[in-house]
Amino acid sequence: MAAYIKSILVGTWSLIAGLAITLRFVFKPVVTCQYPHAVPKIPDRYRGHIDFVYDPATCSHKCIVCGMCQKTCPSGCISLEGEKLEGAKKKTLSVYQLNFTTCSLCGLCVEACPTGALTFSKEYNLAGFDEKEYHFDLIKRLQERP
Amino acid sequence: MLSYLNYLNDTMPCLMAILRLIVCIVCILAFVGLNAAYLVWLERKLAGRIQRRIGPKEVGPFGLLQPLADGIKLMTKQLFLPDGIDRILYLLAPMLVMTTAFMCFVTIPFGEGLVARELDLGLLAIFAFASINVLGLLLGAWASRNKYSMISSARVVSQNVAYEIPMLLVVASLLMVTGTLNLHDIVAEQAGGFWNWNVLRLNASPLMPVAFLIFFVCTLAETNRTPFDLAEAESELVAGSFTEYGSMGFGLFFMGEYANMVVGSTLISILFLGGWNCPFGIFPGPHWLFLKLYALISTVMWIRWTFPRTTFYGLLNLSWKVLIPIALVNLLITGALVKVF
Repeated sequence: MAAYIKSILVGTWSLIAGLAITLRFVFKPVVTCQYPHAVPKIPDRYRGHIDFVYDPATCSHKCIVCGMCQKTCPSGCISLEGEKLEGAKKKTLSVYQLNFTTCSLCGLCVEACPTGALTFSKEYNLAGFDEKEYHFDLIKRLQERP
Repeated sequence: MLSYLNYLNDTMPCLMAILRLIVCIVCILAFVGLNAAYLVWLERKLAGRIQRRIGPKEVGPFGLLQPLADGIKLMTKQLFLPDGIDRILYLLAPMLVMTTAFMCFVTIPFGEGLVARELDLGLLAIFAFASINVLGLLLGAWASRNKYSMISSARVVSQNVAYEIPMLLVVASLLMVTGTLNLHDIVAEQAGGFWNWNVLRLNASPLMPVAFLIFFVCTLAETNRTPFDLAEAESELVAGSFTEYGSMGFGLFFMGEYANMVVGSTLISILFLGGWNCPFGIFPGPHWLFLKLYALISTVMWIRWTFPRTTFYGLLNLSWKVLIPIALVNLLITGALVKVF
C-alpha cells in the first residue's frame, strides 16, 4: 500500500517537473532562423564548391595551368586546358570546368594548388533541374563576380 | 430594444421561439467553428514556443490567417470515397462526431442567462451527448475498412469506457455536494470568491482537489488528448480512426476533437472552478468563464507538448488501478460527510 501511494506521488511529481521544464522553454528566446527572410552567417571555413581567388594585381585568377588540382582530385571532377598565346612564355588557362555532381568537397585541390588560386565558395543555395547546371565554368564565374 | 423584444415575445411567441433557435444555432456554430480554427493556431504557436520556434507566421500577421488557409484547403479537396467502405456510415460518422459536439453546447451556460436551453438535467445531457462521440469514431473506423482504423477504434472504445467510470464517480461525489444537475445552479452555488469554488470546498470533502485532478485527467482521456491520444497515435496507426478520411470528413473529425476539448474545459470550469464567478467576488461575468476555459485549454496543450504518449497498458492501469479506487474513496468520504453534516 505504501509503495502504491509512493508510486502515485513520485509519478505526479515527475509530471509536474516535466511541465515546469516546458514552461521554462516557452519564455526562452527563439533559436530558429527565419530562413528566406534572414540568412544565417556562413562560417569562414565553410566548404562550398571550389572557386577562383580574385587576384587584384592581374585583375584575374592566379592559375598557372600546372594541372595539380586535376591530378590530385580523387573524383576526377576537374578538367582544365591551357593554351600558349603568341609571344607568351607560359601557358594561359582557357578552360576550367568543375563537375560538381561528382565532387566530394574534400579540398585536396585547394591544398595542392601551388599559387593559391583556388578557394571554397560560400554558396549553398544549389538547386537545379538538370545535371548540366552543376558543371561550373570557373573562369566564367570569376568574370561574372562583382 | 428590450421592451420591444418583450412586446414581440408576448404577441408572437412562436416567431420569437424560432428566432431564438436560429440565433442560438448560429452562435454555437460560430463559436465552435472559430474555436476549432483558432485553437489549432494557438496550439501550433504554443508548440512552437515550447520547441523554441515561432510557429505559423507567414499567412497574415502572426500567422493569424493560417486557419483560414487550412480551412479553404480542406474544403476544396475532393471528397474521396475509398473502395469497399460502408458509404452511409462512412459519410455519417464525421457528422455524428460534430453534431454531438455541437449538442453539448446547447445546455452549457456561458454566463447569467447566456445559455441556449437551460435544462435541469443539463450535466446529464452533456455526458450523454459526449459519449456518442465515441460511437461516431467507432462507426467511422468500422466503415472505412482499414486495419489501423479498427485498432484505433478498439482503443478508443476501451479507453472511453475505462475513463467514463472515474469521471462519473467524481461527478457523483460532486453532485452529492451540489445537490443539482442544473449547471446554472451549480455555478450559482459557487458565487463569492475562489474559496467557494467546488475545487476548494474542503469542508464538503477533503479530497475535492484530488477529484478535480481526476476529472481533469479523465477529460484528457475522453477527448483523446496527449498523453492519452492512442486513438490517433500517428506514429503507430497513421491517423487512427481518420486514416481513410480526407477533405472535410477529416475536417469535421478534427473540429469535433477541438470542440470536445472546449466542452471538457468548460465543464471543468463550471463544475470545479466557479464558472463565471470572479475569484475575488467582483464583476462576475462570461469573461471569467472564458478566461478559465482558455487557461485550461492552454494547459491541455502544454501537457500535449510536454509528455510522450503512454502505452495502452499504462493508460488502462492508470484508470483501473489508480483513478477508480481514489474516485471510489472520494465518493465514500463525500457521502459520509454529507450524511453526517
